[in-house]
Amino acid sequence: MKILILRRIVQIGLLVLFALGSFAGCKILQGDISSSLFLETIPLSDPYALLQFFASGAFVGSTAIIGGLIILGFYAIFAGRAFCAFVCPMNLITDFAAFLRRKLNIDSLGEGAGFSRKLRYWILGLSLVVSFVMGIAAFEAISPISAMYRAIVFGSGVLSAGLLGALCVFLFDLFGQKHGFCGHICPLGAFYSSISHFALLRVKYDNDKCTKCMKCKQICPEPQVLNIISKESGSVNSGECTRCGRCIEVCADYALKFSIINFAK
Amino acid sequence: MQRRSFLLGGIKAVGFAAAGGIVWSAALSSSKANALSLRPPGAVVESEFLKRCIRCGLCVEACPFGTLKLSGNGDVPLGTPYFKPREVACEMCEDIPCVPICPTNALETELVSRDGKLDYRTMKMGVAVLDHETCLAYWGLRCDACYRVCPLNGEALLIELKHNERTGRHSYLLPVVDYSVCTGCGKCEQACITEKPSIFVQPREVAMGAVGKHYIQGWNPEDEGRLDVNRVIKPRDDAASELNSFEFNTDDFGGEK
Repeated sequence: MKILILRRIVQIGLLVLFALGSFAGCKILQGDISSSLFLETIPLSDPYALLQFFASGAFVGSTAIIGGLIILGFYAIFAGRAFCAFVCPMNLITDFAAFLRRKLNIDSLGEGAGFSRKLRYWILGLSLVVSFVMGIAAFEAISPISAMYRAIVFGSGVLSAGLLGALCVFLFDLFGQKHGFCGHICPLGAFYSSISHFALLRVKYDNDKCTKCMKCKQICPEPQVLNIISKESGSVNSGECTRCGRCIEVCADYALKFSIINFAK
Repeated sequence: MQRRSFLLGGIKAVGFAAAGGIVWSAALSSSKANALSLRPPGAVVESEFLKRCIRCGLCVEACPFGTLKLSGNGDVPLGTPYFKPREVACEMCEDIPCVPICPTNALETELVSRDGKLDYRTMKMGVAVLDHETCLAYWGLRCDACYRVCPLNGEALLIELKHNERTGRHSYLLPVVDYSVCTGCGKCEQACITEKPSIFVQPREVAMGAVGKHYIQGWNPEDEGRLDVNRVIKPRDDAASELNSFEFNTDDFGGEK
């Protein structure tokens, strides 16, 4: 439970800080997840949004580029795809949908719609092509993630769009496909997956302690990343691992844990 | 057979991508179509603004008067900042806090600066347009609500006097907007006493014409500098030039001398 609680504290804590910035003039964190200002000095920007900007031919300022590099560096070098599990507000929705699927036994009906996990990379690629053709950041214009964040941070005026976006994702994940949005559709998750191959923070697996109960694979939102389970000890190297820690928490044998990979070894 | 299925798979993928791309582009073009929204001061032209705005809301948070809002409906592209003067007009802050905070240069400091210093008088959010049919002052009634609230009154908004022929003994006091000075802050629209405002702010691209670069104001020394006296206009080699090339003579057309 500890990692889950930590994730919820980070997710909701960031939302609260952004909302305080918007409603109470608190200067710790201003803006929202697409671009923000930390302590009135350090810019932070969504690197995937900036990638779409470059594709669309927009000339953005150095502030946004510096902010994008900071975020890109943090996830690419250290945290991997942890954005999806620790920051993204949609994770609250999709985790809740996955929880309901388990409780209501919807999972027993099968995976659902049957979209491929590769679809998100196609959407990622397509978003850049459409950005280039249309001259506007394609995913930013329709992103349910940004819409939901805005709804919480800025309230009334933008509430309905954010709620509708979140509701669509919720219903799709609940009835459409298991882990449907985050695991198959979302190009932002695909972007963080593709930059996370060399991130230091990884889940480490000890085959000697494992009793092959496979609970980790059942709970994992990206079970294909746990392909070493019951085969060999090692670390989970796929960029698609969200570092959510569910596998670690569900494991009764202490066979899984977070580790900072040591390249010197 | 394997090659064939590989090819078919490739065609299928490209087909799906094309279909998705077309739907996606259509959704974007409909969201881009509306050019009627009023943007914060310092905004670059609308098409470029939509490219650059990352929709983070930093300008909205910086606005001390709650003028700027993020769009949450279809009227204005989702998540971009705009303002509705009839609800809350722009107060034209001296330090213009909404502009320098923009991380992506969708709002440019240079566009609201003069001689390297922020100057609220250079703001160009829009321009106030006046409906003469519904403005009470144009009926001959005494109303100068818009003039009184205009932060640049006497410059951006003037009162012109004109004899009222209907009564024969009164004067019209007519509000007139100087488009070259008006910032589009919308205080006039907010203050207008008619049910639907008779003076209202429109984006400059919507409300204003464009004369074209080939007109030069000969009486304006600055503008006349654009005139290139050494430019030689070569006749084109086509039928119209041929007609224009000979000396004009009314004889050719059977006219009288």
